Amino acid sequence: MEASTLAITILWSLLFIYSILGSLDFGAGFWGMIYGKNDQTSASQIANRFLSPTWEVTNVFLVIFVVSVVTFFPFATTLLGSILLVPVGIGLLLLTIRTTFMVFEHHTQKYRELMRLTSGFSGLIIPALLVSILPITLGGFVDFKNDLPVLHYAELITHPTLYMHIAFGLSTELFISAVFLMDYSKEADDWSAYQTFRKHAIWLGPVSIAIAMLTIGTFPTEANWIVENIEDNWLWFGLSVFFFIIGYTLLFIKKRDGVRGWSRLAVTAIILQYGIAIYAYGSAHLPYLVYPHLTVTEGFTNPSTFYPMLIVYGVGFGILIPAFYLFWRLFLKDRRYLKQP
Amino acid sequence: MDIVVMARILFGSSLGFHIIYATIGVGLPVMIIIAEVLHYIKKDSDYALMARRWTKGFAIILAVSIASGTIVGVLISLLFPNFMEIVGQVIALPFQMEIFAFLIEAVFMSIYLYAADRLPPVLRFISIISVALGATASAILITDVHAWMNTPAGFNITPDGSVTDVDTWAAFFNPSFGVTAIHVTLSAYMTVAFIIASIAAIRLMRRGLSTKERNYHKKALTIALYFGAIMSLATAINGHETAQMLHEYNPRKLAAAEGLFETTRYAPLSIGGYTSLEDQRVKYAVEIPYALSFLAGDRLDTEVLGLNEFPEELWPPLYVHVLFNVMVGIGSLLIVVAFFAIFWKHILKREFPGWLLAILAVSGPLAMIAIETGWCFSCIGRQPWTITDVLRTGEAATKSSSVGFLLGLFLTLYITLLFITGFVLRSYFKRNPVSKDLDAAH
Repeated sequence: MEASTLAITILWSLLFIYSILGSLDFGAGFWGMIYGKNDQTSASQIANRFLSPTWEVTNVFLVIFVVSVVTFFPFATTLLGSILLVPVGIGLLLLTIRTTFMVFEHHTQKYRELMRLTSGFSGLIIPALLVSILPITLGGFVDFKNDLPVLHYAELITHPTLYMHIAFGLSTELFISAVFLMDYSKEADDWSAYQTFRKHAIWLGPVSIAIAMLTIGTFPTEANWIVENIEDNWLWFGLSVFFFIIGYTLLFIKKRDGVRGWSRLAVTAIILQYGIAIYAYGSAHLPYLVYPHLTVTEGFTNPSTFYPMLIVYGVGFGILIPAFYLFWRLFLKDRRYLKQP
Repeated sequence: MDIVVMARILFGSSLGFHIIYATIGVGLPVMIIIAEVLHYIKKDSDYALMARRWTKGFAIILAVSIASGTIVGVLISLLFPNFMEIVGQVIALPFQMEIFAFLIEAVFMSIYLYAADRLPPVLRFISIISVALGATASAILITDVHAWMNTPAGFNITPDGSVTDVDTWAAFFNPSFGVTAIHVTLSAYMTVAFIIASIAAIRLMRRGLSTKERNYHKKALTIALYFGAIMSLATAINGHETAQMLHEYNPRKLAAAEGLFETTRYAPLSIGGYTSLEDQRVKYAVEIPYALSFLAGDRLDTEVLGLNEFPEELWPPLYVHVLFNVMVGIGSLLIVVAFFAIFWKHILKREFPGWLLAILAVSGPLAMIAIETGWCFSCIGRQPWTITDVLRTGEAATKSSSVGFLLGLFLTLYITLLFITGFVLRSYFKRNPVSKDLDAAH
């Protein structure tokens, strides 16, 4: 494998990890807000119990992704930095508000309601902003004026594909988080929360998959190249849909104790569904980072810097494996934590 | 306003905001470890309470620190894309290592914060040590990039601007890495010690404290004073090495710091005053004969280069002399304060009078001012370069006209968050006063 292909594969893997963790994180924040005042179900407590110890780690994965883009593809920074300054800048601003308000909410009595609403709603706006980056790279929205890359906001904002991308991002976020929190509720023996999240997973599943398919239809004409590549990759996308059907069906199958839904297997199938889809989409996106201005090879750093970086990634994650294991045991497995009053 | 100027203000204010929280985030875990160790040795529950309360404060600070650190990390690529293009090719390694250090800190912080009561003592101790190691390693690794900007190494640049002959490890171990990293770490430890001293001193100035409360705050103050004294002295010794590093690798910056125009042997050290371009000297300063030569080269006859050796367009702004003096002045003052307070308390064995507590109460904010002026000195003193003698700030910055819009938004955010953090910390510790925790413990 070429070094630059290896680099983009690692980058897509990090994107995959962050899109799952980010969906759980922002989704949990949103569900926590929605059920914050509801006494019928403990869905909000479950969501917050998951969120409290994990948000920092999720946030680090966002930073890992950004740093990897810049360090693996330094020649992409000028282009990406210029066109993404405003959307990413606003995203950072909202992320800061969300993070700080979420933590502040636990430590103060006053203004709790305001802080809860702010952090919950920004949990929808931030993913919407992040997913807006995808259509920008497809072609048609970026041009060069006097050698400077410019993003055409007016065209982007009036193009239906932007809104379909956002709808896709949000429905996916809420679907993944609902299925995951359903399983988390089961682990906590909290059946009211379990049913609440199952209910949402059942309507969000078909909605998210329908929107995903419709979104491809709204791609701008400049993006025909990727549509062709996606059609060539149909086998992989078909496999992704297959895992969706398995995961979705598992939500309905009764277990021996009479409760409907094999939540653990369903989560696994849904994560596989998105994993396969992301790699298939990533390979369809090749060879471009930003069509038609920048390819993966053009953006890539020199190999003499790349290989030491690979070692750092290997050693870094290697050191962290026991830490992640401990983390998982304490917050996703330990009933003393999950079942606290 | 010029786009480059606005980009600099936006990034500078982001860093200036982040550094407040980051400094506390680096130093506080070490203080928590000290409290945990003292609890283990002395079996005094006050120290356990101290560790617990500091951890609560740390959790609030860390949230802002992580958020603002994310801003700084992403914003630097957006605002200085041409700079990051070179960074990505030459000095990417510390950036990536920093992320893993950060990840270790984040994972173990959650564990220490939310699972301490479920962990065996050994594992709990390993957790807080990992938090401290992760935080300090983060600081050291990011400082490495900053040091490399000051004393770039490990690559060549062709006239058309492409990077060649990259030597990753030569860049990593660039000439100023060691001294600068130690400087940042020690000064962060020192600053947090004085912040703790400030809080304890303010509490002790109140009337009507119960004996239990008074003892609790006294113990906190003692830890802070000893740790602060050691760290401020160590920072000063290392500061001396930093000056010698400047003399060797960055003489232009040293000349600007000292307001020295003509190359001089037996150069005096100018303390205070401001650098006057017309008079070619520092006005209204106290001069210590030979001291600058001695500081730069350990000999009275060391030749110190003056600004006039360099073209004027490459001079940093002359006001960096003031920034430098504020940093060094506060640092020196705090050494005196800490040692005097220890002498008073443990040699003379007398209680702290109100005036001494009042001085201690301002020591924390003063130390933070020294941190801010130190960073400003180091970054402004490097101008007009972003990477010394390689890349000018004007070439490094973005050309995007949207910077002004973002500048307004971010400045508002920072000011608001400074107030809200203060408010949340106050409101939390007001609802959970020491007296309540002490009663609960007994």
